[in-house]
Amino acid sequence: MTTSTLTDRLDSAETFGQNAFDRLLEKRIDPLWLTAKRKEAWEIFQGLDWPNPRDENWMRSDIRGLKLSKFAPNVEENSQIATGSPVRLLDGVDVSASCRSVNGLVVSESLDEGLAARGVVVGSLSRCARDHSALVEKYLHSLICPKSDRFAALQTAMWSDGYFVYVPRNVRVERPIHLHAAMGDGQVDLSHTLIVLEEGAEATILFESSSPTADTRGFHCGGVELIQHGNSHLRYVNLQDWGKGSWHFAHQRASVGRDAQLQWTVAAVGARFAQVDQRVELVEPGARSQVNGVMFTQDRQHLVYNTLQHHKAPHCTSDFLYKSVLQDRSRTVWRGMIKVSQGAQKTDGYQRNDNLMLSDAARADSIPGLEINADDVRCTHGSTSGRVDEELIFYAQSRGFTRSEAIRMIVTGFFQQIFDRITIESVRDALGAAIARQVRKYE
Amino acid sequence: MSHILRIENLHVSVNDKPILRGVNLVIKFGETHALMGPNGSGKSTLGLAIAGHPNYQITEGSIWLDDVNLTELEADERSRAGIFMAFQRPVAIPGVKMADFLRHAATNVRRPDRKEGEDLIAMREFRKELKGKMEQLKMDPEFARRYVNDGFSGGEMKRAEILTMAMLSPKFSILDETDSGLDADAVRLASASIAEIGRDKMGLLIITHHDKLLEHNPPQFTHVMLGGRIVETGGAELARQLHDHGYDRIRKAYPDAEAANQQMLAKEEPLAV
Ligand SMILES: Nc1ncnc2c1ncn2[C@@H]1O[C@H](COP(=O)(O)OP(=O)(O)OP(=O)(O)O)[C@@H](O)[C@H]1O
Ligand SMILES: [Mg+2]
Repeated sequence: MTTSTLTDRLDSAETFGQNAFDRLLEKRIDPLWLTAKRKEAWEIFQGLDWPNPRDENWMRSDIRGLKLSKFAPNVEENSQIATGSPVRLLDGVDVSASCRSVNGLVVSESLDEGLAARGVVVGSLSRCARDHSALVEKYLHSLICPKSDRFAALQTAMWSDGYFVYVPRNVRVERPIHLHAAMGDGQVDLSHTLIVLEEGAEATILFESSSPTADTRGFHCGGVELIQHGNSHLRYVNLQDWGKGSWHFAHQRASVGRDAQLQWTVAAVGARFAQVDQRVELVEPGARSQVNGVMFTQDRQHLVYNTLQHHKAPHCTSDFLYKSVLQDRSRTVWRGMIKVSQGAQKTDGYQRNDNLMLSDAARADSIPGLEINADDVRCTHGSTSGRVDEELIFYAQSRGFTRSEAIRMIVTGFFQQIFDRITIESVRDALGAAIARQVRKYE
Repeated sequence: MSHILRIENLHVSVNDKPILRGVNLVIKFGETHALMGPNGSGKSTLGLAIAGHPNYQITEGSIWLDDVNLTELEADERSRAGIFMAFQRPVAIPGVKMADFLRHAATNVRRPDRKEGEDLIAMREFRKELKGKMEQLKMDPEFARRYVNDGFSGGEMKRAEILTMAMLSPKFSILDETDSGLDADAVRLASASIAEIGRDKMGLLIITHHDKLLEHNPPQFTHVMLGGRIVETGGAELARQLHDHGYDRIRKAYPDAEAANQQMLAKEEPLAV
């Protein structure tokens, strides 16, 4: 397949063309700097081609089925078309703030008054771009470059709304902040998440995306930026549970400052196709990151994760563990890189990816990589892929487990190493339940 | 209680290679049977075929538990019907705690009609019971929090199998070399535990190469397997005799079975390369 045919198929002059962009600018009430930024990204979008399937990052991706003409960006107040999209991370959780969007537009926001009084901001990114214009201008799309690829350019130009969380210096937000994105059938979510923690700030953010039914179709093209100044602590959880007819494209970035700590947990069970570019940049000495990933796929789901742990400063630690379980004809791709910049001595980098296949037709590609430009570093990586062991299934069956109970237990055990790292009970429970729901009845 | 495990003319193949060639055996609830025989004669194969391992194809014959034909049941259904096997080489299940594993297993075995997803035995009640059984087996309570057989020493693995048997209270237990790989003290403890948990409370089929286990659990019957058949059956004295003098007499007395045994071992070799 050539690039041009992909372009023909993907391009949609009607729904994602000049008219659509002009209409979006007309309907929005954005500060001038933002309009300028959108226009700049729109120029880039028009100058770029869709990703080339021969490109390293896209050669294991298949987006031939994506037809943008079937989707239209959402610019106006929308009906509650995505009602019934489940919320899974809130069981037994007392939140300090929450923000909820439907089809990429925020429909509700709330924040504890005490926290608001201390300068904490949580809410619609569109609103905050007006109400806290200077703050948002400073950080928005500071980590994501619209030139990365055409999806990044599209999202920078046309993002519809999203979430802004700002925690001022030395403020600890004890109770979790909950963010929820719902997307209805045939709908579009072009949301953006911007999180800023000032020096010494602390927060736990539970983000989840979902659709009304398991087979909901949709198009999500989003961005996540986590910005952490010195000594801040962030726990960020992202549960991706879109309907299994959805397309999911995302650029997700974190920048971790001096002695700051990030724990980023990703769980992906939804979407028909996902391509996520996840990067953690350790930008000042002493920064530490831990990235955990749980993927569970079925049918013809195809999830592609390109990850980067970028050590830009000395004395930083990055720890990365992704585990996926695949059934049916599903497919996962993980391409991971630890990059150590010149001068980033005493780097401690670790990456690991384990895959468990529940069917012969499933396929997991695992491609670890190291790029090291300093000499006093410790970087280790590893990956495993294999079929679920029939001897384990028999052992459990001989102790009364049915075959599907045995498989479910083996799968849960496989993920346990990640669950052990997750300190938030509701997240552990929700992930456990999401996994249990997903495991087929094996005959 | 009166239950009978009846094995009739059992022929079993692995990968189309015949291993068992017509085994007949009847075990009554409350009886203890010893199963002896040289390496590779088919003892574990008999146990795995009874337990329902899918790789052990039954090509002829049948296995009955009372009036239930076990050969038509999956391994889990056999377990819930009351069959248990302590394995010679138990496998590890990383990430799954012993306590969680046993709670689920005990629930399914005690409530054979339980549907998937229905409640498990109440946690508190189960913990208490498990703690009691572990004390009885002189096991460190920490054991319950470890992952199933993961990084267990040989002795710990065998003790975990006995603990599982204790929690599942089966009608019939096959103990496959539950005394091997243990030091002298551990063998004594395992033997005494099996006597305490199993004797008169189930039918026992004890596969062993040693004498300690049988000293604590004197068998009413001793069966000798060679070349995939039970060639001789006697009482406790037969076990003692085999232990003291080895299998030379048996090999000479049953040349056909001995030839079959040699043939099985010979076929094994290319696999071992
Ligand atoms: N899964 C298997 N795959 C291939 N061959 C097998 C398998 N299981 C058993 N066999 C073969 O069947 C024969 C009997 O093996 P089995 O394990 O039943 O012997 P055993 O009497 O238990 O021996 P031991 O005293 O050494 O434990 C051997 O030749 C063995 O190699
Ligand atoms: Mg054996």
